[in-house]
Amino acid sequence: MLAVEVSHVVKSFADKVAVDNLSFSVAQDEIFGLIGPNGAGKTTTIRMMMDIIKPDSGGVTMLGEKLSEATKNRLGYLPEERGLYKKLGVLESIVYLASLKGVDRHSATEKANQLLNQTGMLDSKNKKIEELSRGMGQIIQFIVTIIHNPQLVILDEPFAGLDPVNTELLKGMFADLRNQGKAVILSTHQMNQVEELCDRILMINNGQAVLYGNLSEIKERYRGNSVLLDFQGELGEIPGVTAKRPHKGYTELILDGRTTTQQVLAYLMSRGLVINRFEVATPSLNEIFLKEVGKKS
Amino acid sequence: MNKTLLIFRHELLHTIKRTGFIILILALPVLALLGIGILNITSGIAKPPTEVNIIGYVDEVGGFDQFTTQGNITLVSFDTPEAAKQALINKDIKEYFVVPPDFISTGIISRYTTQREVTPPDATTAAIENFISSNLLTGKVPANVITRVESPLNLVTITLTSTGEVASEQGGLTNLIIPGIFGLLLALSLTFSSSYVLQGLGEEKENRLMEILLSSVSTRQLIIGKVLGIGTAGLAQIVVWVITIPLLLNLASSSIGGFISTIQIPANFLVLGVAYFILGYLLFAVLSAGVAAISATVREAQGLAAIFTLFAIAPFWFYSLIMLFPNSPIWVVFSIFPFSAPVLVMLRLGMTGVPVWQLAVSIAVMVLSIVGGLLLAAKLLRTYILMYGKRPNLGEIIRNLRSG
Repeated sequence: MLAVEVSHVVKSFADKVAVDNLSFSVAQDEIFGLIGPNGAGKTTTIRMMMDIIKPDSGGVTMLGEKLSEATKNRLGYLPEERGLYKKLGVLESIVYLASLKGVDRHSATEKANQLLNQTGMLDSKNKKIEELSRGMGQIIQFIVTIIHNPQLVILDEPFAGLDPVNTELLKGMFADLRNQGKAVILSTHQMNQVEELCDRILMINNGQAVLYGNLSEIKERYRGNSVLLDFQGELGEIPGVTAKRPHKGYTELILDGRTTTQQVLAYLMSRGLVINRFEVATPSLNEIFLKEVGKKS
Repeated sequence: MNKTLLIFRHELLHTIKRTGFIILILALPVLALLGIGILNITSGIAKPPTEVNIIGYVDEVGGFDQFTTQGNITLVSFDTPEAAKQALINKDIKEYFVVPPDFISTGIISRYTTQREVTPPDATTAAIENFISSNLLTGKVPANVITRVESPLNLVTITLTSTGEVASEQGGLTNLIIPGIFGLLLALSLTFSSSYVLQGLGEEKENRLMEILLSSVSTRQLIIGKVLGIGTAGLAQIVVWVITIPLLLNLASSSIGGFISTIQIPANFLVLGVAYFILGYLLFAVLSAGVAAISATVREAQGLAAIFTLFAIAPFWFYSLIMLFPNSPIWVVFSIFPFSAPVLVMLRLGMTGVPVWQLAVSIAVMVLSIVGGLLLAAKLLRTYILMYGKRPNLGEIIRNLRSG
C-alpha cells in the first residue's frame, strides 16, 4: 500500500494556478523530499493532502484511502505555519493535542514523558510554552507530530529556527521513523538535508513537477562528463580530455563524449602519477535545483 | 472520547480558569453585597431619630393650638418670633416656624433653622402640613374627613387577564427590577462569552495552531466544541448569578426590608431567561467564530465583533422608551431581530405581557440564524483561517464564499 498517492491535482487561487496537474506517490518506509523554490506550490500541495484545502480537480489518497477522521489519527503533520497554546504547560499541550489524535490521556502522558526525555526536555515539561525558546518550541511541535505513532509523517520546513544540535537530533529521529517502516515527507529548502536524508524526491516549480524519482538516479542523470583530480607530479596531455580547469586543491578534467572515466584513471595510473583523489563529478542537489529552477524561470 | 467532546472539555476547563471569568462570576455577588452594605450604612445614617423633636411655632393668625403632637414631633407655641428665636439659639427647640397673619390668603409659612439643608425633611413638612390642616378643619368637618384630607388616597391597581380574572403577575416596579438586572447580566454574559470564543479562535489563528488542529479535527468539530465549551462556562456563570439573586434578595430584605422582599421571580421568566441566554450565546458565538476566521489578529477581530455585540446592549439605550411604550411595533420588530432579541425580550417581559406568537417567532428566527451562522462560520474558517495577511474586504469574502 502506498502511503500517499496524488493524482493530477490542480489548485488555483484567484487568477494564479498554484498547483498544476501534479501527480506523485510516496511509499512506506521511505523519506520523500518535496522541494522547490518559494511559491512553487509545496505547502498548497501538502494542505490538499491534509484536506485543509480542497483541490479544484484531481484526487489524493492517504494510506490507501480518502482522508477521513480515522485516517487523520494515523497521520502526523508539522505545518510550516505552526505554534502552540502559549499559556498552556508543555505536558498539558502535548497531551491535549495527542488526545485529538485519538490517544488516551494516560498513554499520551506516558509517551510524552518518554519523548521529552529522549529530546532532553523532560525538565521543561511543567513550563508554559511561552517560557520556551523558539528551538525548544519546535521540538515540542515535533513531539506533538509523532506522539500518536503515525504511519505517515509530513514535515513542512522542520529545520526552520533550529540550531545544529537540534537539527541533528531531529534528523536522527526522522531516520528512526523510516527504520520503523513509516513514510516521511520532508518539505524544505535545505538541499543538503534532503540530499542527506531522502530516498526519493519531487521537485516542483510553478506548481508543476520538474524532477521526480530516486535521488541517486536523478543525481546520476545530472552527472557531468568530468573528473575531479588531486595529484602529485606532471599531468601533461591526457587522451580523451578536452580541457583542464584548475580549482583550489584539485583540477577538473573535462572528458570528450567517447572517453570513459575508467580509461582516464587507467591512463593516469600507467603514467605512475600519485593520485590523492579521483572523483567522478556529480552535481549537488543544490546545483541541480538552481539549474532546473533557473531553466524554468 | 469524541473529538468534539474533547474540544468542549478543553475549552470549558480553559475558560473557567481564566482570571477574567472568575472576576466576572464573582462580580455580581460581591457588588450586590457591597451595595447592600452601603445601603445599610446610608439608611442607618438617614434613619429618622427615635427621640422626640421639638419644633417651635408662632401663631399670628390664632386658632392653631390643637394637634401639637405629630408622630415624633412635638410643636411648642411661642408668643413672639423673638422668643422662638431665643429658644432656638438656646437649643431648646430644633427649629421654629411662623404662621403670619395673612397665611389664609397667601399660604406662606416661614421656617427658621440653624441647619443647612437642600429641602426641608419630609417628616417635618408632613408634621407642619398635618398640624395646619387639622387645625383649620377641626370642628368644621368630621374627623375621618380630616384624615382623608391629610392622606387623600392609596391607589391599588389590579391587573386582570383577558378573561377578566386577576392576573398572576401584577406588574409594577418590583417586576421591572429583576428583568432589568437579568437583562443587563445577560448582555454582559453574552458579550463576555462570545468574546472568549473570539479570543480563543483568534489566538489559535494568531499562534498558528489552526493547521495543527485541522490536521486532527474538522472545522465543524472545532467550532461546535469550542462554542459549546465556552457556552457552558457562560451558562454556569448565569446559573451562579440566578442562584445568588434569591440569596441576595433574602439578605437584602432582612437588612433593608421594604419592597425588595416583595420581589418575586416568576418561573416562566427564568425558563425564558435561560433559553434566550443559550440561543443568544450560540448566535453571538458562531458569529464571533466567523469574525475570528477573517481577522488577522485578536484585536482586529474584537473591533469587528463590537458591531454586533452592540445590539445586545442597545436596548438599554432606549430603556425609558421601552418602559413607556413596551408594545410599540419597533420593539416588536427588534424582539424578533436576532441580535437584539435576547436582551430586549427580557426587558419587555418585565414591563408587559409579551404575546406567545412574538416569543415563538423570535425563538424560531434565532434558531435559524444560529444554523445559518454556524454554516457560514465553518466556511469562513475553512476559507480564511490559513490566511495570515490583510483582512479581506466584504466583496472578496462574498467572491471567495461563492467560489468555495
